[in-house]
Amino acid sequence: MSEVTQLQPEVQQLLGDREYKFGFKTEIDSDTLPKGLNERVIREISHRKEEPESVLDFRMEAYRRWLEMKEPTWAHVDYPPIDFQDISYYSAPKNKKKYKSLEDIPEEILETFNKLGIPLEEQKRISNVAVDAVFDSVSVATTHRKKLAEVGVIFCPISEAMVEYPELIEKYLGSVVPAGDNFYSALNSAVFTDGSFVYIPPNTKCPMELSTYFRMNQKETGQFERTLIVAAENSYVSYIEGCTAPQFDSRQLHAAVVELVALDNAEIKYSTVQNWYPGDKETGVGGIYNFVTKRGLCKGKNSKISWTQIETGSAITWKYPSCILRGDNSVGEFYSVALTTGHQQADTGTKMLHLGKNTRSVIIAKGIAADTSSNAYRGRVLMSPVAAGSRNFTQCDSLLVGSNSSAHTFPYIEGGNSTSRVEHEASTSKISEEQLMYFMQRGISKEAAVSTIVNGFCKDIFDRLPMEFTVEAEKLLSLKLEGVVG
Amino acid sequence: MLVIENLVAGFEGMEILKGISLKVKKGEIHSIMGPNGAGKSTFSKTLVGHPEYPASSGSVTLDGKNLLEMEPDQRAREGLFMAYQNPVEIPGVNNVEFLRMAYNAKMAHLGQEEADPMDFQDIVREKMGLLNMSGVFMERDVNEGYSGGEKKKNEILQMAVLEPKVAILDEIDSGLDIDALKVVAENVMKLKNENTALIVITHYQRLLDYIKPDYIHILSHGRIVKSGGPELALELEATGYNGFKTEAA
Repeated sequence: MSEVTQLQPEVQQLLGDREYKFGFKTEIDSDTLPKGLNERVIREISHRKEEPESVLDFRMEAYRRWLEMKEPTWAHVDYPPIDFQDISYYSAPKNKKKYKSLEDIPEEILETFNKLGIPLEEQKRISNVAVDAVFDSVSVATTHRKKLAEVGVIFCPISEAMVEYPELIEKYLGSVVPAGDNFYSALNSAVFTDGSFVYIPPNTKCPMELSTYFRMNQKETGQFERTLIVAAENSYVSYIEGCTAPQFDSRQLHAAVVELVALDNAEIKYSTVQNWYPGDKETGVGGIYNFVTKRGLCKGKNSKISWTQIETGSAITWKYPSCILRGDNSVGEFYSVALTTGHQQADTGTKMLHLGKNTRSVIIAKGIAADTSSNAYRGRVLMSPVAAGSRNFTQCDSLLVGSNSSAHTFPYIEGGNSTSRVEHEASTSKISEEQLMYFMQRGISKEAAVSTIVNGFCKDIFDRLPMEFTVEAEKLLSLKLEGVVG
Repeated sequence: MLVIENLVAGFEGMEILKGISLKVKKGEIHSIMGPNGAGKSTFSKTLVGHPEYPASSGSVTLDGKNLLEMEPDQRAREGLFMAYQNPVEIPGVNNVEFLRMAYNAKMAHLGQEEADPMDFQDIVREKMGLLNMSGVFMERDVNEGYSGGEKKKNEILQMAVLEPKVAILDEIDSGLDIDALKVVAENVMKLKNENTALIVITHYQRLLDYIKPDYIHILSHGRIVKSGGPELALELEATGYNGFKTEAA
């Protein structure tokens, strides 16, 4: 239990106040590239990261593809056009180029992560979770690396992996999400800065939870995280990412790409607690545009990839963590809670592409919309002609709080063979006045009632999170819901 | 003591209660009887503070505190309880966890120690033993998928745990067969003590065979048209509500 309270103690302290808790900005001199996007900027990013030539080529190719692409407009979200020349694509704390040890990390940054409940100092670290801490465009520290190295697990900033493990990078980077996959993945592939790289060797169960914490600090800077996780034969890893950003009046772009590869009999469990700044509750000014491409490839037979996401932040969320079930008997899972309040807009869901025989997928998506927010589930289930005997089960539930919010469901089902089965269930409900009244008649406040009902609605998903994060997720939701009704 | 003076209240702009006055002392059992449309539901909903049934004038005090100025949850914490005619289902919320929240809200209000889940299990088990209830109530979600009888039993369990000063039983006999009615009513009587007052709202006399009131009030067209002792129920049995309506007019 102590681990739980250690993780984000401020969540507990600040219960009772519904303001965004992570909106502080760290004052630190930064080395930020001028705004604008062109080949020179990309070369500069690559140069600063001391990347091999092959990575620069990858970036350049992606950039050329991106120039020919158009921003997608099919999502059920509404926002003014983004000026991609008005964003800085690289920002790092001024100091040394690389942090070789904790002593090299500026005090302000250590303090920032302390405030976020992610202490990096050896004596304060969370004992059973290894953390990679990313500040704007650079990874500043990765904890527990030695212990992981003992069993052959690689967990490091991806920029470091480019240099240290070029053969793994060459083999897997862009193998699941090709640069030209979509507008934002192309942009990310051109300008990605940092993120995590994980490699679990064959026949290995990763001995602890791995976690990356993303912090955006600099104003008018985009964060283009890139994460790659490879689980070799008969291996297992559980990974969780968390994210927050300061409160600015201007919108910030976060366009990430996450790729997962599971080989024969491997399992990857990927969990996200997303709490980017959502913009002002009342006016909708500011906030993060969270345009993310996450995809897992079940490459080997009997492999399994499981996505669990708790989406509570961002002004706009555009995100579809997906599974390509190529290996026979492979399994894909997607468990999602998406909560929108204030003026937030979310269009999120998943794709399950059944390519192998006897593949199975489960989708359970819970959307909660409060205030004047909009919350859409979008999902695609494809049964290819060769995916004989495959099955999908989808359940999409929406819960409306108040009468000004909206929920939408856009399921796409393509059945390509006669032996596969696809089931889809959907429901929309509303917290009724009578339910709230029942709680209140028993002496329970309206706010506690709303948060209890919403947490109950999400229970199935919370149970999927690593234990350390279940309590945190419940508290985060309660925090977000304070003052929503009344 | 609950004191209601000249209470006027309505629903969607219609005036339904046209001036109700009633005093309910500690330990007393009062029954409000009346035909459909007399204002029985409005009466109970106005007392607990349902937002759709606001009071437009009059006063309601519990031990001197003005209930009409309070939010529904505050009224409940002051000791006002209502057993619902149709308890609402709350999927995803465990029954015992719900009860614990309610119990702790009251404890916090009284400045007393709140119960942790382990201690609370003991409290609930004791009450369930008293009411001869099965353990399945602890595992299920609040009212979800319960039969009519189970819902009513669960209401009485909540009453047992919360130990209110005043409990309104809003037509708890509705939808129950005679055996279930007997069990629920007997459970109510097990909880009856000198600190708890009961307001038993019913259409039918049969509930009063098990919960014997000290006073009976006949409600008709939003007014109490007659008050008396238990004998009033028998009179009603003989004449029906029609006899009282004319009396009021």
